[in-house]
Amino acid sequence: MFAADLLVAQNIGFAVIALVMIVGALRVVTTSNVVHAALWLVVVLSGAAAQYILLAAEFVAITQVLVYIGAVMVLFLFGTMLTRARIGAERDLNNNYWRLGIPVAGVLFAAMTIAVVSSFGDEQLPDEPRVIGVQEISDQIVGPYLLPFWALSFVLLGAIIGAIVLARKD
Amino acid sequence: MMSMLAVEVPYWGQSLLRVLGGIVAVLLPAGTIVYVFLFKMMSFMQSRLGPMEAGPYGSLQLVAEVGKWLQKEDIVPERADARIFKMAPIVVLLSTFLLIAVVPFGPDAWFTDFEVGIFYALAVSSLSVLGILMAGWSSANKYSLLGGLRAAGQLIAYELPMVLAVIGVIIQAGTMNLQQIVIAQNSGSMFGFSGLGNPYVITQFVGFVVFMIAIQAELTQAPFDMPIAESELVSGYMTEYSGFRFLIFFIGEFATAGVFSLIASVLFLGGWGVPFAWFGWTDVDSVANWMNIVGPIIMITKMMLVAFIIMWVRFSYPRFREDQLQRFAWKVLIPVSLANIALTSIFKVVM
Repeated sequence: MFAADLLVAQNIGFAVIALVMIVGALRVVTTSNVVHAALWLVVVLSGAAAQYILLAAEFVAITQVLVYIGAVMVLFLFGTMLTRARIGAERDLNNNYWRLGIPVAGVLFAAMTIAVVSSFGDEQLPDEPRVIGVQEISDQIVGPYLLPFWALSFVLLGAIIGAIVLARKD
Repeated sequence: MMSMLAVEVPYWGQSLLRVLGGIVAVLLPAGTIVYVFLFKMMSFMQSRLGPMEAGPYGSLQLVAEVGKWLQKEDIVPERADARIFKMAPIVVLLSTFLLIAVVPFGPDAWFTDFEVGIFYALAVSSLSVLGILMAGWSSANKYSLLGGLRAAGQLIAYELPMVLAVIGVIIQAGTMNLQQIVIAQNSGSMFGFSGLGNPYVITQFVGFVVFMIAIQAELTQAPFDMPIAESELVSGYMTEYSGFRFLIFFIGEFATAGVFSLIASVLFLGGWGVPFAWFGWTDVDSVANWMNIVGPIIMITKMMLVAFIIMWVRFSYPRFREDQLQRFAWKVLIPVSLANIALTSIFKVVM
């Protein structure tokens, strides 16, 4: 009975995608080539987009693809290929502080778990997931969440100005 | 889609039909564009006949070319990163196949009725950059790497005006769903005259021009073919590819041209529809069933028209220089499309 509850299509899909994401994430940090690491990161990020689609959050999923895969990862690859991407394995990719990453990852995982559990607890997704339309999202953004939205815009503006200052040598 | 056949098709059957339809909708325009424009129109513009031997008027030339490519050896350079080298063309073609999924061909003839369709199209079209960068890097060839980097820089620069040009259409239609955009254009009217509908090529003319220039650059067609400039870079990121992997790049190039033409005709030329006022239709439910057959034909006609413009420009103009190309995107196209958005929103609010 328990197994029958778990073996719904969404759960199987979640498990398969999550497995791919975990393998991808491990390969990001263990592979010995910068470009391979970036490409594994693409796998992880597209897995996240797929999980959003499973949650019926189409808009977030597509934003994930547009921003992270289409822009951030392309800039990553562009930057590494422009500067130092050799083909084949490189030995000096890891520095001596790599062990520090493990506790940091543990703390982050704990923080996110606590945040999710304390804010949602035992709540369940509705049986018939409803796709949230773009208009509802925009009503929320320019309504109750206007101030955080502005704050984020100013952060981005600051980043743009910072990039211009760094890039201008004259 | 199935309602016109008056038979109940199970879900897996519908999905299978949609996948097959998608493959046809990608490959058929690609072949047509290559034969009609690349083989024949270019030849006529250069006062020659083009292929004439294979089939009537050389119409089977494409089959011969594909056969030739399939026979060739699939060579991977010795120092290349073989796995990524082999994956790269598939990533490029994949983005094209993902793109066709949101294009509507008739009132019921769609692949997916996606709420945020055009946003999705813009997102997956940027995936091809990934494949091009992979191809350029993994070839272990300086020309390939330079070509890949040029392509990435160009595609990032021209994606922005493309998105901004589309925003004007989204504001005017009030939806991101491509099907709804088609309906909004065909059920609309201009100054009370509904005989033409309201194709956005008229009200959004600036957006249309910016969009056409941007897709010319996204497709890396001349005058924006810096990434594969044969006089400087042999053939850019495709230099090391041979046989059927080159064929995949080639199909990808023209299939993407076809799909982008389809999207342009949906956004600006009214898509599959005819003005609803002609037959007294009021909304999508009252559209007659025969539009599911006529719609795709109208779409293909409009696609050929848009693809004709793309190829016409391609065969007519010499290549931009790299710095001119970047300056044109950032200093001309983006300000123009931003001004277009501002004007469109003012009109939307006032009128």
